[in-house]
Amino acid sequence: MSDNQLTEFIERYFDGSMTAEERVQFELLRKNNAAVESKVTEHIQFIGLLKQYGERIELESRLNAIHSEIDVHALKEEVTIHPVWIVRMWRNHHSKISVAASVAIFGVLTILILTGKLNNDRSKYQQLSEKIDKMEKTVTQIGHGRTPEKPKPVRPPANFRGTGFALTSNGYLATDYHVIKNADSVYVQNAAGESFHAKVIYTEPQYDLAILQINDPSFKNLGPIPYNLKRSEGDLGENVYTLGYPTDHVVYGAGYLASAANYSNDSTEYIISVPVNPGNSGGPLLDEKGNVIGVITARQTQVAGAYFAKKSTYLLKTIQNIPTDSLSKTLNMNTKNKLSGLSSTQLSKKLKNYVFMVKVYNQ
Amino acid sequence: MNKDLKASAPTDSEIVLGILNNSEVVLKRLYTTYFPMILQLIINNNGDEDDAKDIYQEAIIVLYNKIKGGDFELNSKLKTYIYSVCRRLWLKRLSQMNRYGGDIRDFEEHLPVEEEIESHSDRDIQFGKMESALQQLGEPCKTIMEDFYIKNRSMQEICERFGYTNADNAKTQKYKCLQRLKKLFFQQK
Repeated sequence: MSDNQLTEFIERYFDGSMTAEERVQFELLRKNNAAVESKVTEHIQFIGLLKQYGERIELESRLNAIHSEIDVHALKEEVTIHPVWIVRMWRNHHSKISVAASVAIFGVLTILILTGKLNNDRSKYQQLSEKIDKMEKTVTQIGHGRTPEKPKPVRPPANFRGTGFALTSNGYLATDYHVIKNADSVYVQNAAGESFHAKVIYTEPQYDLAILQINDPSFKNLGPIPYNLKRSEGDLGENVYTLGYPTDHVVYGAGYLASAANYSNDSTEYIISVPVNPGNSGGPLLDEKGNVIGVITARQTQVAGAYFAKKSTYLLKTIQNIPTDSLSKTLNMNTKNKLSGLSSTQLSKKLKNYVFMVKVYNQ
Repeated sequence: MNKDLKASAPTDSEIVLGILNNSEVVLKRLYTTYFPMILQLIINNNGDEDDAKDIYQEAIIVLYNKIKGGDFELNSKLKTYIYSVCRRLWLKRLSQMNRYGGDIRDFEEHLPVEEEIESHSDRDIQFGKMESALQQLGEPCKTIMEDFYIKNRSMQEICERFGYTNADNAKTQKYKCLQRLKKLFFQQK
């Protein structure tokens, strides 16, 4: 029996056009022949699927007809939530943006680690003392034409220079540790150009502070110190000034207190906006009332206008830490302040007698 | 907008009865009642109005077949059911297009409807095969198959339409076509 004949039998069986005799025969055939039976099942399923497919197509066209009557455009306007464009952009692209940001952060960190910028903040940090010989060269290049006057007792020029200021009238001075470190001998020179031999009696490297004592026979008492050390922290934004020896002559600088902690988050230092130069290291930082609020320490080479000063409280701590047997004279801090209310010209005139150039000689 | 729709919204049992009775009016009311909700869902989740139409019609077909199949029990609101089916279908579509950001803005509560969608998409695959088998079959076989099996036209009508002089010729042609259609259908993967 051919496939076509079988199909015809199947269809006739189901549409009821078979004679009773044919039906009996066909049912017998189905019973005895599994292949015929499976053909029958397959045919029924296939035609069923074909009919369902037809119904689906018809239903879809009915739905399309209904849909075409809806004003989709107007509805769309009504139901759309209009988030601001940045929200929309984030919603549509946030995975991409996140990936890009991660890559950028990773890249920046990699570069920072590779160049060592991340863990070595101090590399940007230039301490303010300077080599005298370098300075001399600059001076001649600029064409001042005059080498610095040498102190009367003939001495080779100092290798290193900074600033120091008097703590007491009997010759104790404060300066930066980095100014006098590795020093074989230390001389201090006052505004009048007189040089005195000094000795380092105490250092506090962790605060970058050092205490000197003038032990030169030609030294006479300085007279009462006009300023005192402030025991509390200075206020942000207050006007501050300093005197120091970035050149051979005393230089006045003024500005304001910018921050109570430096860029390395070291809260022992202020950031100040006072322009200072190599050689200012160790100079006093005073507020408007004439209190010493800090000691100039360094400048940030990467950031224009950012300079640092150690807070006066750490200087007071350093003074307290001096062992008593290294003090040959009394170190009594002045508590009175005679500078308040003076104009800046009067201030610098008074102050310069108490601020010294610290000259350091080593091999 | 919502208020207007609610006022004219047919009740759920009206819809079920209407579909069982092949009511065109009820189908239309069903369609127009819930379309805005789905448009809102799709448009605010990275889709456009064409996506909304596709997804919504698919959901209506799922619902229609379920009601027609007689196994539909009203244990949730039709609205929730339609929303859930559309939501599921749209999530599936989004992930196929790689546009799914792991988050969908919902406007309604929803139920799990995985099974319905599974059996629906199985059937869709079968229909897709049937469609392409019919396309490959070509004319006049395609029309003969559609006329006879889908539109239930008699052999007499088909004979006249295609100009067969002999009913037996037409019959033979029809069986040949059916054999080819089956072959084309079953050889698809």
